[in-house]
Amino acid sequence: MPHNDHDHNHTEPPSDLELRVKALESLLLEKGLVKADALNTIIDTYETKIGPRNGAHVVAKAWIDGDFKKALIEDAGAAVAALGYAGRQGEQLQAVENTPETHNLVVCTLCSCYPWTVLGLPPAWYKSAPYRSRAVSEPRSVMEEFGTELDSNIKIRVWDSTSELRYLVLPMQPMGTENWSEDKLSALVSRNSMIGVELARNPEDVN
Amino acid sequence: MNGGHDLGGRQGLGPIAPEAEDREPVFHSEWERRVFALTLATGMLGKWNIDESRSARERQHPAAYLQNSYYENWLEGLEKLLVEKDLLAADELLYKKVSVAGAAPELRIPDAEAVLKILRSGGSSTIESEAAPLFNIGDRVKVRKQYSSGHSRAPSYAQGAVGTVIRRNGCHLYPDEVSQGRAIGEHLYTVLFANQSLWGKTEENAEVCIDLWQPYLSIVAKESG
Repeated sequence: MPHNDHDHNHTEPPSDLELRVKALESLLLEKGLVKADALNTIIDTYETKIGPRNGAHVVAKAWIDGDFKKALIEDAGAAVAALGYAGRQGEQLQAVENTPETHNLVVCTLCSCYPWTVLGLPPAWYKSAPYRSRAVSEPRSVMEEFGTELDSNIKIRVWDSTSELRYLVLPMQPMGTENWSEDKLSALVSRNSMIGVELARNPEDVN
Repeated sequence: MNGGHDLGGRQGLGPIAPEAEDREPVFHSEWERRVFALTLATGMLGKWNIDESRSARERQHPAAYLQNSYYENWLEGLEKLLVEKDLLAADELLYKKVSVAGAAPELRIPDAEAVLKILRSGGSSTIESEAAPLFNIGDRVKVRKQYSSGHSRAPSYAQGAVGTVIRRNGCHLYPDEVSQGRAIGEHLYTVLFANQSLWGKTEENAEVCIDLWQPYLSIVAKESG
């Protein structure tokens, strides 16, 4: 996938970087400081097992199950753990609910804090300097870059994840999906809607 | 320290230009996978904590921090920690050749099974405290100015600003001490700031919540009447 020069994703990294990483891995393996199967397990876990479908399940369940939603708002860590999504970078989870009056948006201005247990690893843009710098100071313009235009009377509440608390946005359920199943609803829950840069998908966008 | 990582409110960094959600891979190249896995695996050796690893990435020239891609900053931090914690000798990194054979015998090197267990269980940052929290919900608090050379999680854009405590989160490991290897806790608050108090005139109808530890804050005297 091609990238612009300025976005620093380095899809085709200079070979000295690849060599540097290979050399480091060889050193650590040879010294017995890491095990090859452990490395592969870590990669497999975050590349194929833990990702935003976890969070979409959580949100869809909250939309149809009032008791679960209440538990999620009170103690998201426990509510999510009960669904089997416990672990690293989700130990102290807070769910923040969008309402007709308030929209929530999550950022980490100091590094890249993100609720791994429910969303997996953060996308490149979430970790980038432009998002980290602007989300706190000009959230509306940031959301517009994602194609999201919020009415000016809706307040935007930005959560800067400076501590080990992790934030999951609970988007509003789209109109016209009242009798949908949990499975069908979860397809409306994009990763970006759980960060807050977008709203949940419209029913007509997924059929 | 307010290095290249302390980005809230900085200008001139350009558009976000996000990749489409359904087309973005978790990793963009093989070396990113390896840096991620090496960082987590060596972190499980217990020689450093999360604040020490954040601090290692931050201790770079700001121009280098901003120029690097995300996982390049992880690689910088990892190499630094491995040498500082005596897991690698500096010349081993330089010459890409093992000069001191074998890992220290007291280290427990996790295998795949141990890794899964650690990833599933995680680790809480809360810590017991005898002291009662100083601030209450609704208190107006000011973020102290600080000019420290060490690791801190008080973003510079909030320093000097006044906000309102909206939640008390209990006592959490305090990064300024934890990054020095001392497991000291402090009460953690969520503080709400109106946009104007952080930026002056900017986008309307927005606010920012920041998690701040007690030593970062001072009470603002209530106005009489």
